[in-house]
Amino acid sequence: MASEANSEGTGLVFHPMDQFIVKPLFGDGPVMWYTVTNVTLWMAFSVAAVVLLLVVGTSRRAIVPSRSQSIGELAYGFVYKMVEDVAGKDAVGYFPYIMTLFMFIVCANFLGLVPMSFTTTSHIAVTAVMAMGVFLTVTVIGFFKHGFSFLSLFWISSAPLPLRPILALIEIISYFVRPVSHSIRLAGNMMAGHAVIKVFAAFAGIAVIAPLSVLAITAIYALEILVSFIQAYVFAILTCVYLKDALHPHH
Amino acid sequence: MASNSSQAAETASPGMPQLDFSSFGNQIFWLVVTLVVIYVILTRVALPRIADVLAERRESISNDIAAAEDLKLKAVAAEETYDKALADARAEAGNIVEGAKAEMKAELATAISKADAEIAEKIVEGEKIIQEIRSNALESVEEVAKSTATAIIEALGGKDDSKFVDKAVSSEMKG
Repeated sequence: MASEANSEGTGLVFHPMDQFIVKPLFGDGPVMWYTVTNVTLWMAFSVAAVVLLLVVGTSRRAIVPSRSQSIGELAYGFVYKMVEDVAGKDAVGYFPYIMTLFMFIVCANFLGLVPMSFTTTSHIAVTAVMAMGVFLTVTVIGFFKHGFSFLSLFWISSAPLPLRPILALIEIISYFVRPVSHSIRLAGNMMAGHAVIKVFAAFAGIAVIAPLSVLAITAIYALEILVSFIQAYVFAILTCVYLKDALHPHH
Repeated sequence: MASNSSQAAETASPGMPQLDFSSFGNQIFWLVVTLVVIYVILTRVALPRIADVLAERRESISNDIAAAEDLKLKAVAAEETYDKALADARAEAGNIVEGAKAEMKAELATAISKADAEIAEKIVEGEKIIQEIRSNALESVEEVAKSTATAIIEALGGKDDSKFVDKAVSSEMKG
């Protein structure tokens, strides 16, 4: 690798992408689809976080909530209101689906901020599966609910007739680009932040730059906390928007 | 660590572990497992429970608000009865004061009239006494005048003619 070649000369060791390597937890064998890897471990942690927050935290069913219970209720109310406001009242049935995505992404993002951790949502494979899942679900719901007239989503009846075929082409392209942007946005944001932190950390090898490096890592870390939440929010709200298009395709 | 770095060099050959397709199957499999587990936990346990808690809270809050409304109405009613009692008491006190005043006035009037009557009686009595005294005094004056006149006549060497003197004195006194 180019970065490793550079490090020979300067004494700096750059391995900003090593944190994203998928490796088996036990032994050194090849990564098969069923192998228990660091992906498994950190996804299990995010499941544990969800359980801790939404099941253990609310187990007392208090009228006056404790801190953990009010966080759980806040998450519930936040996503529920988002589904209701963005996708409409008839989309409330899909609320558990969106809640699942939101809680998984938010927990995985924040767990990724733990030092030495593995950020599952920084992998395009993970985000692409979720985005494709959303894309396929939404398309199926659209055709199931509206049949052929779901295609009127692409036929903008408010535009002048000569423009409509061109707009339809653009709409169709943008429709199929949705899962790509949906997945790359999340993975890209998570990967970039973590990689930048690692690069700054590598610079700390030079004693003179070290204080500045620590300062920069602190700043980026703060930014990453913000990004972790915002990206989960963006993913969930875009899912709601796509769902709204499927439920109400007529502009 | 050494084994890890050799592993890293091996798998990170494309530069980005994200584009290492050999790990995709693994990630996708575990992701699907994770999402299904979270979905089942949310739909079976977490979401119904939170919805219950929220509904319960909303209900208890609306109940409390209703109870508060009830209590407020009761307080207003109590205030009204209190105000009414206060007004009644005030009216009664006014009546009592008025009665006492009238009674006192009547008593005062009878006492004054009684005193007036007594005073009038006393005046009449006094006048009678004065009249008596005056008449007595006139008689005395006549007597004195007669005796004086007789004495003067005697002293002048005249005869004791009491009848004449009496006549003269009475006429003189009348005139």
